[in-house]
Amino acid sequence: MPDVASPQEPPTSHVSQTPHVPGEPHLMHHFDDMEQQRETATLGMWVFLVTEVLFFGGLFAAYMIYRVWYPTTFGVASRQLNIYSGAGMTVVLITSSLTMAMAVHAAAQGLRRRIMGFLGLTLFLGIVFVALKGMEYYHEYLEHHIPGHGFQIVGADPNHAQIFFSLYFIMTGLHALHMFIGFGLLLTMMYMAWRNYFSAKWHTPVEVAGLYWHFVDIIWIFLFPLLYLVDRHR
Amino acid sequence: METTEALALPKTHYLNAEYGIRSWLLTTDHKRIAILYLISITLFFAVGATFAGVIRLELLTPAGDLVSDDTYNKMFTMHGIVMIFLFLIPSIPAVFGNFFVPMMIGARDLAFPKINLLSWYVYVVGAIFTLVAITAGGVDTGWTFYTPFSTQASNSNVLTAAIGVFIAGFSSILTGLNFIVTIHRMRAPGMTWMKMPLFLWSIYATALINVLGTPVLAITLLLVAVERAFHLGIFNPAYGGDPVLFQHLFWFYSHPAVYIMILPSMGVVSELIAAFTRHSVFGYKAVAFSSLAIAVLGFLVWGHHMFVAGISVYSAMIFSVLSFLVAIPSAIKVFNWTATLYKGSVSLDAPMLYALGFIGLFTVGGLTGLFLASLGVDVQVHDTYFVIAHFHYIMVGGALMGYLGAIHYWWPKMTGRLYNEIWAKLAALTVFLGFNLTFFPQFILGYLGMPRRYHAYPPEFQALNVLSTAGATVLGIGYLMPLIYLLLSLKYGRVAGPNPWKATGLEWQTPSPPPTFNFDRTPIVTKPPYSYEQQEADLA
Amino acid sequence: MSETIVPTRVYYTVFAVLLFCTGLTTFVAFFDLGFFSPVVALTIAVFKASIVALFFMHLRYSTRLTWVVAGAGIFWLGILFALSLSDYMTRAWGRI
Repeated sequence: MPDVASPQEPPTSHVSQTPHVPGEPHLMHHFDDMEQQRETATLGMWVFLVTEVLFFGGLFAAYMIYRVWYPTTFGVASRQLNIYSGAGMTVVLITSSLTMAMAVHAAAQGLRRRIMGFLGLTLFLGIVFVALKGMEYYHEYLEHHIPGHGFQIVGADPNHAQIFFSLYFIMTGLHALHMFIGFGLLLTMMYMAWRNYFSAKWHTPVEVAGLYWHFVDIIWIFLFPLLYLVDRHR
Repeated sequence: METTEALALPKTHYLNAEYGIRSWLLTTDHKRIAILYLISITLFFAVGATFAGVIRLELLTPAGDLVSDDTYNKMFTMHGIVMIFLFLIPSIPAVFGNFFVPMMIGARDLAFPKINLLSWYVYVVGAIFTLVAITAGGVDTGWTFYTPFSTQASNSNVLTAAIGVFIAGFSSILTGLNFIVTIHRMRAPGMTWMKMPLFLWSIYATALINVLGTPVLAITLLLVAVERAFHLGIFNPAYGGDPVLFQHLFWFYSHPAVYIMILPSMGVVSELIAAFTRHSVFGYKAVAFSSLAIAVLGFLVWGHHMFVAGISVYSAMIFSVLSFLVAIPSAIKVFNWTATLYKGSVSLDAPMLYALGFIGLFTVGGLTGLFLASLGVDVQVHDTYFVIAHFHYIMVGGALMGYLGAIHYWWPKMTGRLYNEIWAKLAALTVFLGFNLTFFPQFILGYLGMPRRYHAYPPEFQALNVLSTAGATVLGIGYLMPLIYLLLSLKYGRVAGPNPWKATGLEWQTPSPPPTFNFDRTPIVTKPPYSYEQQEADLA
Repeated sequence: MSETIVPTRVYYTVFAVLLFCTGLTTFVAFFDLGFFSPVVALTIAVFKASIVALFFMHLRYSTRLTWVVAGAGIFWLGILFALSLSDYMTRAWGRI
């Protein structure tokens, strides 16, 4: 005896947009209830963030090895970066994490205007961050710190210093790319909030976007000391 | 086989629920996505096999007379890249995982059906980049992309190939993410972890490796691409970079990758052994936890690919010991499968032949891995045909046999048709004989000193190479046969019915082919897995 | 993840701590702590990351499974670092 009811007629629609539980328009067809859907979405984002940890992790491993190999050069190269610009960017990003947490908080209460306000603030701060980074890249370009022909540095082996700057550009560049993806997420959330998509009962997309944004902040929390604070006492 | 009443295909099922190319290219049905993957990876298997054919043809004679050395480098590179990244890594998870994970846990679909479809498109884009790299002149670095050759000196399409593999890697990550979340959150009521079929444990363990390892490959290939494009020096010794760092980062993924390739096959073998001995798998818990152990321990051994690359001997010793450890859970599985056979009601249908072949050939491959894990032996046989024979015993004798076994076992469920059993048994035998003839001589060749990746060799090695090429021909025939009789079965095969093998498992409780939503109502699971004794009692 | 709504004062407190730690790590960087300079900097960074994860990302209020997932990511990163370092830190051993 099979321990499952044998399927009979085919379903009427294969696409899951028609609610299969009355009163739950956001419930997708393959979930049994909203709780399962929410837990699945947040677990999915956490698993994705683990992949991002390992993705950036390879770069941190490379950084670690070369800092062990060339500690003095890394110090000289790190001191070429503007520490106040770096600290400023850190403050901006941390503030954007606060506004993001406030946006999720507002979403949990279904406060449409407030959600959009805080998301907008987060987006604005993110753009400020990327603008500061762009200015910093331009400054490094003027100082001939872009790896390749024309690279110049005073007081350190140029080859080894180029490894530092290669890692600097790749790590911050990859981080900035993730910021841009974050902007897309924020804009999408703002649009959905504007369309009154969220309520106290269903606001999981905002939570999930929040998780992503905070993770990008965490990456920067490590990038700042590793890139800007090496041997600053000299 | 008892005669059954005339069976008919169900009126509506996942294949005919909707028609038209859009219903396939925009589907979110995990079963249709599995079929999309099946077609794509079969195509790339053919591409990879063609490169293998050129390699074996060249090696018929000691002189490098069929192709130039540059071309030969491209042949083995592209054979490796296509077979590993476009065939083996997706194979069982993307086809049978996608098709059966929801069904085996009693769910209507995976956790993220749209991401599932996205994973196929990402795979296709990655595959296209790789095809472009192949057709635009090829890649000659070896599938391992070692620096600084790949970043500085190679004149081939390294950038395109690296991007292709990078993109295809994200397909694996998305698939793995989907499986992990699905198995955690979407099991039917009563389906506890210990009631899951062992195939699911293997798929779960594989998904863990996908999620934890593949991102490191992604960043490594990104670094190679950026270094090549912008002439940086991260892996270039002339700039103070370390080429061995590339190898650390590369093998951190690529060793666990081989477990991505073998674990799903092991899961299939568990299913096949249970079904065709009509017996629960001996030591279910041991086999289940061994899958997890392989996934975890597999991340601790990557340095054994680098014993002669310049790592410190102390690090090499650590990696050597850890490599011995990782063999233990695999051995546990082999012992448990063998114990399952004891006093079982064994029927030698085609899927079972592949499962039995797997056990023997994987054991040979696994044991030779221990030889390679020993530092002293590895110094002798590293970069020789011994290594090639070792990993082909595992990947072809193991993983591919498991894949073929899975096709033959689940074909009736996926298509509703039975294939010709006689031809299937003949094909299994042909594959087994062809495989051994191809690869066993290579152990000897490697031990005698024939290096790998050489298109010419000393004349005293010719006899064994000729045997190997002859075996490859037989093997090729063995692979063509299922292609023919399986396709023919779609039109002429007998209707299979819901459970032609009388197996246990939720997937066999649905019609063949299954309906789009799998189950009318979420099933409630009460029985343990492989409850064949209870099935006997129920039928009596 | 549970549905507990975290009071906003928790967020503001965490924010203040994060700002303080940023200032602290920048300030301390100008002192020569020898071997401990990177240790202090990384410890502060780990602390900052932890409170972002625990409070902003609601890890503190999440299921055990979420904790295991987050922990696994860190642990696997640790494997990459530790076993790679086992090579680099011992290459010079035994050399005369």
